[in-house]
Amino acid sequence: MVSGLTIRERQWSMAILAALALAGLAMAAAGAGRADPMQAHGFIVLLFSLGVFFVVLNGYTAPEPSAESLESYYDAPSKVGVVLAMIWAVFGMFVGDWVAWLLAFPDLTFDAAWSSFGRLRPAHTTGVIFGFGGNALIATSFHVMQRTSRARLPDQFSPWFVLVGYNLFCLLAVSGYFLGITQSKEYAEPEWYADIWLVIVWVVYLLLYLRTLARRKEPHIYVANWYYLAFILVVALLHIVNNLAVPVSFAGAKSYSLFSGVQDAMTQWWYGHNAVAFFLTAGFLGMMYYYLPKRAGRPIYSYRMSIIGFWGITFFYMWAGSHHLHYTALPQWVQTLGMTFSVMLLVPSWIAAANALLTLNGAWDKVRDDATLRFMMMAAIFYGLSTFEGSFMAIRSVNALSHYTDWTIGHVHAGAMGWVALITFGSIYAVVPWLWKRERMYSPALVEVHFWLALAGTLVYVFAMWNSGIIQGLMWRTYNDTGTLAYSFLDSMVAMHPYYVARAIGGLLFLIGAVVGCYNIWMTIRRPADAPVPAGDTPLPANLQSAE
Amino acid sequence: MFGTHYRIERKSVVLAVAIMIVASIGGLIEIAPLFTIDDTVENDPDMRVYTPLELAGRNIYIREGCYACHSQMVRTLQDEVERYGPYSLAVESKYDHPMLWGSKRTGPDLARIGGKYSDQWHTAHLNNPRAVVPQSIMPRYNWLSESPLQTRHLGEHLRALRAVGVPYTDEMIAHASADAVAQASPDDDTKGLVNRYGEATQVRSFDGDPRTTTEMDALVAYLQVLGKLSNAAQPAPPPKE
Repeated sequence: MVSGLTIRERQWSMAILAALALAGLAMAAAGAGRADPMQAHGFIVLLFSLGVFFVVLNGYTAPEPSAESLESYYDAPSKVGVVLAMIWAVFGMFVGDWVAWLLAFPDLTFDAAWSSFGRLRPAHTTGVIFGFGGNALIATSFHVMQRTSRARLPDQFSPWFVLVGYNLFCLLAVSGYFLGITQSKEYAEPEWYADIWLVIVWVVYLLLYLRTLARRKEPHIYVANWYYLAFILVVALLHIVNNLAVPVSFAGAKSYSLFSGVQDAMTQWWYGHNAVAFFLTAGFLGMMYYYLPKRAGRPIYSYRMSIIGFWGITFFYMWAGSHHLHYTALPQWVQTLGMTFSVMLLVPSWIAAANALLTLNGAWDKVRDDATLRFMMMAAIFYGLSTFEGSFMAIRSVNALSHYTDWTIGHVHAGAMGWVALITFGSIYAVVPWLWKRERMYSPALVEVHFWLALAGTLVYVFAMWNSGIIQGLMWRTYNDTGTLAYSFLDSMVAMHPYYVARAIGGLLFLIGAVVGCYNIWMTIRRPADAPVPAGDTPLPANLQSAE
Repeated sequence: MFGTHYRIERKSVVLAVAIMIVASIGGLIEIAPLFTIDDTVENDPDMRVYTPLELAGRNIYIREGCYACHSQMVRTLQDEVERYGPYSLAVESKYDHPMLWGSKRTGPDLARIGGKYSDQWHTAHLNNPRAVVPQSIMPRYNWLSESPLQTRHLGEHLRALRAVGVPYTDEMIAHASADAVAQASPDDDTKGLVNRYGEATQVRSFDGDPRTTTEMDALVAYLQVLGKLSNAAQPAPPPKE
């Protein structure tokens, strides 16, 4: 890995890692002075940066990359990113399934603070969204932007800074929950110093993307890059605004958010819903727009549908967050706007899904035979289904029933498992043989096994949550003949038990699928390279005039 | 339209700027006015602030992720009002940095839990929910009674909250740590505490052990004040037009 860096880049890496180690030491010392959990985070930063420092030091004397290798695509960060994504997937899904079992059998845990539901749950959401999803997005974006630009990354240092720095953020986030460090804002739980670190990483990511695009030899920026670019830009905007906070002390982890009450609620769900939009949708649509047509061997069905879908999603989604706050103390005009735009959002969403499925026209025989492509096809179907469900649930009167219930959880997982995870697994199965120069995956049969486990797990999960959510919602609002509420809250909770067991089984199937995927990927990597670089999979010469 | 796009998609910076403009509009129109339109948040001159002990309890509620399963927002729906009490008003979470409205009710709403159950019930329930409610699926929080409450830096917490708009006075900040201990120690001198935070301040040993101030004291004190900082929602509100 280090051998891909020039000597100057190795020196840069070591300098930055040393500075980071010092920062960690300072955090540990400051936290120790106040008996603050920041102390533990300081040690994590210190150990992490020292660990990476020694990796760089160990490879420091390796020869510099040859001029020839600097003329090919730079894929080492993508390889590591794919592996990290799969590790986070197994971790995040394991914790997810654990908390699922906890809801059916609440004592199935250790007698310790770190292992209670409330601390494990954000470890699950962060593990799968940011650990699994984020690493997959970073890894594939590096791969896609180079191919679609016909240009190598501008340097070797930035992609590593982004990937390694991002994983430090994920590590701080997840370890923080176990230690009791959280802002309590859903999907934005990490505290102020982790948030600042992510901003730094993200700025480098954006610059890396723009610099690569600036080097491109293709006159047009491909649609996958529009989505990746929107993902990077808008996530930065959301992250910064929603995490504005005043720390209690620079020597402590705790902070208080700048906004309160209704303004904070609206900002949080503007963030929360658009984390779904620009992290879990835009980024993965970028993935889909590259790997699905490549794997199918078909061009994207419609250029115009790509344009309408992209700008529709970028514009409409940002209005939709207030549908999380129907019938609350949020002024009704904002709720109504949120509902209206959520319904309109169905149009660009279905245009994007239809564009993907229509691309498969002429390649349906491949969908039948190739589980990798079938992963992506099924993802597009789930994308269509869950965006329809989302628009439906955003309608005020439907939301009156569905909100606060498991239906929301079912909806999120239809999107997260059915769309995000399936498109990611499909893309990873496509990209792993390309990255490691293998003819194919170690075992296509195991890809098939994974596909059916993932699909079965998703369906079991979603059906269980539809049932429990709708039953819950109905029980809460059912009246007796005498005009009093028919069920206590406890009655509704007891009624959930069988569905919680079913959900945990669905999650387990999905987790087993991910473990099978890890094994398959590992065995593929271990096999000797047997495929030459495919014709055309090289950047155009750097001295060629750039397109811009 | 598509011709324009055909040109835009050849310029990466133009594309990036266009994305930012198009994506910013929704938030600007939906969020910015919430700060400027006065009747977004009702006015309640008698609104109290959290005492340092209640604030510490709130931070434990946040730390343990209680918000993942409990909402604090009664919606304007008949069954919710009958089940939980008057629907929540914006003013009631005016000093909540961040708000804890929640998004899921794996357990019941807690916006108006204050005063509904005794301190003993809460302590027993938090120690082992199934000892009180056999069918409960809530985690046990039995370590809270054994964890002494960290009160040393509470003054800094109040100061940070003042920086974001909560009207804590210099006096409140100066006495924050002592006030936290006093609120859970009914035998001590609590006159200063009550003067600062109002007659309605609940002073008692919340966990049943007046000798030490524990995290259990703080969390129960917080739960017992939920829905009680403001009376704005209490008188039967007129039906909405």
